[in-house]
Amino acid sequence: MEDLTAGAAPPASGIDPGRIELYRLMARLRAFEKRAYDLFLQNLVKGTSHLGLGQEAIAAAYGVAMRADDYTFCTYRGHDHTLARGVPMAPVMAELLGREGGLMGGKGGSMHLTSVAHGMMGSYAIVGAHLPIAAGAAWSAQVRGSGQVAVCFFGDGATNIGAFHEALNLAAVWRLPVVFVCENNLYMEYTPIEAVTAVKHPAADRASAYGLESILVDGNDADAMLDVARSTIGRARDGEGPSLVEAVTYRHGGHSRADPAKYRPESEVQEWFARDPVLLYRTALEAAGAPTELFTAIEADADREVDEATEIATASPRPSVSIIDRDVWSDGGSAWRN
Amino acid sequence: MTEKNLVTAIRDTLHDEMAADDRIVLIGQDVGARGGVFKVSEGFMTEFGEQRVVDAPLAESGIVGVAIGMALHGLLPIAEIEFADFIHPAFDQILSEASRMRYRTNGDWGCPLVIRAPCGGGIHGALYHSQSIEAFYSHIPGVKVVMPSTPADAAGLLHTAIADPDPVLFLEHKKCYRLIKGDVPDAPQTTPIGLADVKREGTDLTVVSYGYELHRCLDAAARLEEDEGIHAEVVDVRTLAPLDMETILASVRKTARAMVVYEDNRTYGAGAEIAATIAERAMFDLDAPIVRIGGPDIPAMPFAAALEHYYMEPEPDHIFVGMRDLAHF
Repeated sequence: MEDLTAGAAPPASGIDPGRIELYRLMARLRAFEKRAYDLFLQNLVKGTSHLGLGQEAIAAAYGVAMRADDYTFCTYRGHDHTLARGVPMAPVMAELLGREGGLMGGKGGSMHLTSVAHGMMGSYAIVGAHLPIAAGAAWSAQVRGSGQVAVCFFGDGATNIGAFHEALNLAAVWRLPVVFVCENNLYMEYTPIEAVTAVKHPAADRASAYGLESILVDGNDADAMLDVARSTIGRARDGEGPSLVEAVTYRHGGHSRADPAKYRPESEVQEWFARDPVLLYRTALEAAGAPTELFTAIEADADREVDEATEIATASPRPSVSIIDRDVWSDGGSAWRN
Repeated sequence: MTEKNLVTAIRDTLHDEMAADDRIVLIGQDVGARGGVFKVSEGFMTEFGEQRVVDAPLAESGIVGVAIGMALHGLLPIAEIEFADFIHPAFDQILSEASRMRYRTNGDWGCPLVIRAPCGGGIHGALYHSQSIEAFYSHIPGVKVVMPSTPADAAGLLHTAIADPDPVLFLEHKKCYRLIKGDVPDAPQTTPIGLADVKREGTDLTVVSYGYELHRCLDAAARLEEDEGIHAEVVDVRTLAPLDMETILASVRKTARAMVVYEDNRTYGAGAEIAATIAERAMFDLDAPIVRIGGPDIPAMPFAAALEHYYMEPEPDHIFVGMRDLAHF
C-alpha cells in the first residue's frame, strides 16, 4: 500500500501523524468524487453512479486504521472505500469511464469496484449480500490464524434485509474478526430510513439482539471515526469478536446521479453541509496548530493526482469486446464444455 | 472395489477428502453434532473438529454467503443445504455473487465452493422435500451443476468438485441414496465434470437422462431388449452444466432416435436444452421427432401416494412405452 502520509508539505509538529494522514486521505477522496461528478456532467460516465461526497470520514478513518492485508467489503457507493485501501486513482477513474485501463477492464463500472491485490474485496450492488461473505472471509482469517480483519460497510437500508441479521448472528456466534459499519445517511435511496424502520437507530439499536455493544458515532467527525475504527479493528484483531458500528452521516447529493434529492428538507441539507466532514476536520486540525500551508499543499497534491488520473483514464481506449467471455471459468474462458 | 450405496459413497469420499486436505470445511445446518439429516457427516465433528465441521444457523443465504467468503480466502468450503427445496434463499448468493467472482475480477479471484443438496421426489416428501432444482441453477454461467446417479460417479464427481476452482452445485437424488448400490473403487477417483457417460450401449434409440430417472430408463431398456429385441442406448448426463452435448450427439447420430427423460417439471427443464441442441445440431440425422418426458407442470410434488405416483409415472410404464413407440416410429 502506498504511503499516504508522504506529501509535499511536512506534517505539523505536535499533531498525531495519523490525523494528518486521515485528512490527506479525505481530501483525496473529496477531490476524486468532485471530479467524478464533473465527468458525469460532461456525459463521459455512462450509466449510474453513487458518490460518497459528504461521507468521506468513515471510509477514510477505516482506511487509515486498517492493516494492508485486511479485507474491505463495501457497497455500490464504494469509490471512497476503494481509494482508501490504496488503489490508485487512475484505474478507478478509468473503470468509471468504462475503459480498458479500468480496475476491472471495464467489466464492472462504478458500482462494482474490486481489487484483490489491495484487499478491496468488492463493491456489492445487491444490498446486504456482502455481509455474510465478509463473515466468511473473517472465518477464513480466524481459521488460518492470519490476524486479518474484515471490515464490511453498508447503508442504513441494508439493516432491514435478512442477510444483515443472518450475518450479524453468525459473526457473533462464532466471534469472527469482522467489523460491520453501517453508514447511516438517513435515506434508504429516496425514503427516510426512520419511516421504514422500527427503531430510531437502524444498526445501533439492534446490536443488543446479537449480544453486541451499541456503537453510535458521528460519521462526520473524523477524529471520532478514527477512534472507533482503531478500537473496533483492534477488538477484532485481538480475538474479541465482531463489532457493529452505526456512523451517522449525510450525502451531499442524491442517491445516484439521477436523483436531485428534492425530498430532503432544505434546512436539513444546510445543517449537514455546515457539518461537512472535510471542512470540520480542517478546522479542528487548524485549531490544533496545523499551518494553512499544509492544507494548501495537501489540496494541491490531491488536485494534481486527480488531474493525472483523469488524463490517464480519458486516454485509455475502450475495451476490446474480446474480454466479454473471458474468465467465466478457471481456464479463463467461457466454453460450455470443459 | 467395494459395493456401496450412493449415500455411503458420498460419505466415504467426503471423509477421505477432509482427512487428506485440512483446507476443507463442512458447513450447514445440523452437519456437526447430528452428522446431517442423512448421516453423511456422522462422526466428522469429533474427528475433524468444530473449526472444520460447522453447525450453522438455519439461514441458507448466510450459509452460502459465509461459504463464499471462506472460498475466496484460502479454504475449500462444502456447504450442505439440508434439502434442495430450502436452497432458494441462497439463490441470490449463488447467482449474484458466487458465479460472478471470477468474471468481475478478471480471474484474480475464484470461488472454489461446493454446495451439496439432496433433491428429488418419490420419497413421500411432498410439497417442500421433493423438488428438482437443477434447471434454475444450470441457467447460470459460472456455476457448475453435477448430479451423479451411481455410487462410483458420486465418489468420482465429488472428488473432482472439491478440487474444482469454480463453484459446483452437487445434487444428490434422495431416492438413489440407499436404493442404488454399486462397486466403488477404493482409491480416490477423478471423474471429469462436464462429461456424460454411456451407461448402456445400444443401436436403436438414444435415451438421455440423469438422477433417479436414469435408473428407470436403464430398467426399461433392459426389458425392451428382453421383450422386444430393441436395443436402447442410455446416456447419463452426470453434469448438467457444462453439458456434454458431444457424447449425446454422437449417440444420437448412431441411433437416429432421441429421447430425454427427467423428473423436473417438463417446461423449461434440462430436457428442453438437450432436445433443442439435438434439433439444432443433428436434425438431419434423426428418423423420428425428439421425445421429451418430464414431470408435470405443477408447482410441487403432492403428498398422497396416488398423487405422488402419478407425478412419477402418469401412465403405466410410461418410459418403457415411450421408448418402444419411439423405436417403432
